Amino acid sequence: MIAELAKPQASFQGFVSRLSKFVSRLPLHVVLVGIALLWITPAFGLLTSSFRDAAAVASSGWWTAFQLPFEFTLDNYQAVLTQNRMGVSFLNSLIISIPGTVIPILVAAFAAFAFAWMRFPGRDTLFIFVVALLVVPVQMTLIPVLRLLTNLQIAGSFPAIWLAHTGYGLPFAVFLLRNFFGALPRELLESAYLDGASSVRVFFRLILPLSVPALASLAIFQFLWVWNDLLVALVILQDPGKAPMTVTITNLVSSFGAQWQLLTSAAFISMMLPLVIFFALQRYFVQGILTGAVKG
Amino acid sequence: MNRRGRLIPWLWLLPSFLLIAVFLIYPVIETLRISFMNRDSSVYVGAGNYQYVFTNSATQTALLNNVLWLVFFTVLAVGLGLIFAVLTGRVRYEAVAKAAIFIPMAISFVAAAVIWRFMYAYRPEDFTQIGLVNAAATNLGLEPTAWLVEQPLPYIDQLLPSPLHTNNFALIAVGVWMWTGFAMVILSAGLKGISTEVLEAARVDGASEWQIFWRIILPMLSPTIAVVATTLVIQALKKFDMVWVMTAGNFGTDVVATLMFKEMFNFRDFGRAAALAVILLVAILPVMLITIRRFRSQEETR
Repeated sequence: MIAELAKPQASFQGFVSRLSKFVSRLPLHVVLVGIALLWITPAFGLLTSSFRDAAAVASSGWWTAFQLPFEFTLDNYQAVLTQNRMGVSFLNSLIISIPGTVIPILVAAFAAFAFAWMRFPGRDTLFIFVVALLVVPVQMTLIPVLRLLTNLQIAGSFPAIWLAHTGYGLPFAVFLLRNFFGALPRELLESAYLDGASSVRVFFRLILPLSVPALASLAIFQFLWVWNDLLVALVILQDPGKAPMTVTITNLVSSFGAQWQLLTSAAFISMMLPLVIFFALQRYFVQGILTGAVKG
Repeated sequence: MNRRGRLIPWLWLLPSFLLIAVFLIYPVIETLRISFMNRDSSVYVGAGNYQYVFTNSATQTALLNNVLWLVFFTVLAVGLGLIFAVLTGRVRYEAVAKAAIFIPMAISFVAAAVIWRFMYAYRPEDFTQIGLVNAAATNLGLEPTAWLVEQPLPYIDQLLPSPLHTNNFALIAVGVWMWTGFAMVILSAGLKGISTEVLEAARVDGASEWQIFWRIILPMLSPTIAVVATTLVIQALKKFDMVWVMTAGNFGTDVVATLMFKEMFNFRDFGRAAALAVILLVAILPVMLITIRRFRSQEETR
C-alpha cells in the first residue's frame, strides 16, 4: 500500500531530477548538435546541389531548394557520367584501387610475419628503418620514379601505378600488421610448429585468419588512400583515358569551374564508395586510425 | 639452425624490400642527387637550386605558407579535436556526433575542395549569393568576399604590409574541417584511457571541472596529443591536393608541394623540383626522429 503510494511520487521526483539535469546540460547539447550540423552542412550542400538543375543552382542558394514545389533531377548525374568521362573514371578508380589495395597488403603481410615471429640478424634495426620510412613525403620519390617507369616503358600503365601504390603503402602496412601479428598468442604458434606445420602453413592457416580485423582496417585505409589519391595519379597516369575520378574532377574544376551542378554531382559520385565503406565498416576504420596514427 | 633455415626469413621479406628499395630508398637518394643538378639533370650545379629556392619570391611565399599551414592547421585541428572529444564523451549520442565530425576523413581532398569552392563561391554585391559563406555574410550585413582570392589583412596591412594572404586561412579552414575528426577520434580514445578513479578522487577533493581538465586530463593526455600533432604536422608539410584543386596555388596560396609540381610539369626544371622535395624531407626529419624514439620506448614496454 505504502509502496503503491510512494511510487508515482518517486517517479515524479525522478522525472524532475532528470529534467533539471537535462536543462543544466542544455548548453552542452546545443553546442554539440550545432557543431555536428556545422560539420555536415558543406557536404549536404554538395549533395543537394547535385540534384538541382543548372539554372536553379546558378541563380539561388541550395538551401532554398527545400520549399515546395520540390524540383530535383538526375540529369546532372546522367551528364557527368556520359559526357564528362566520369563513368569511365569510376571504373578506372576501381581498376587502380583494388589491386592497389590487395597487392600491398599481401606483400606486407609476408614481411610482417617475418618481423613478428622469426629471428634473424638485424631484425630490429631493419624494422626501425621501416618505421622511419613511414614519414617520407611521396614528393621525395616522384621524379626518379617517373624516370624509372618511363625508362622501363611502363609509365602511364595500370601496373605501374599498382606497383607505385604498393611501394608507398608498404611501410605503413608492414608496421600495422607486424604490431598485430606480434600480439597473437605465442603458444598457438608454438603448438602449430610442434605439430610439424611449415611456416607457409602457419602463415596462411593461422596468422591470416586470426588477423582479419587488422587486415580489414588496413584494407580500408589503403583503399581510401589509393581511391582518394590525386598526386600519384597525376604524375604516373598522364593518359586521360586511364584517369581516376580525382584527376577527372580536377580537370572539370579547371574547365567548368562555375558549372556547379556538374562539379557537385561528379564529386558526389567519387564520394559514394568511401561513404558506404565508412558507414558499413566504421569500427574497423576507427580501429585502424588508433593503431597506426603516423601514416606519412 | 642450418643454412636453409637462416635464409627463410629473408625470403618472406624479399618482396617488400624489393618494392621499398625501388619506390622509396632509391628515389630518395636519387632526388638528393638531382637536387644538385640542372633542369634536365645533365650537369651538376652545386647548391644553385637551393640558392634559387631560398631567394626567389614565389618560393619564399610557398615556404611561408607551409609555415602558416604548420602552425594554424595543427593547432586548430588538435584544439578543436580535443574540445570535441571532451564534449562528445559526455553525451549518450556520442557515436552519432562523432560520425558527423569524422565523415570528412573518408572523402578525397579533391571532393572536399569542390565542396568548399562551392561554400566559398563569390558573386558581386548586387547578385544572389549561391555560396553559403557569402550568403551568411551578406545576411549579416557584411560585404561578400572572394575568399579564395588574395585579400589584405584587415588593420594589420595598413600598419605593415604583410606577406600573409587571408585566402590561405580559407584553405586552412578546409584542412581543419577534414582533419579535426581524426584528432578527435584518437584523443577521445586517450581520454577513455584515463582512469575514472583519478578523476573521481579529484572531484571528491573539490576540484572544479575546469581544474580537472587543465591539471589532470591535459597532462595525462599529452603523449596522445603528441601523436596526433606529429601526424598533422606531416600532413601540413606535404599538403598538395586541396590547394591544387581549390586555387592551383594562385593568388599567393602556393605551398612547397604545389610549387614542386609546377617546377616538374610546367617549367620542366627537375633540379629545382628536387630541391623543393628535399626541403620537405628535411622539414620532416625531426618528426621522423620523434616517431622512431616513440616507437623504441613503446617496444620496451611491450
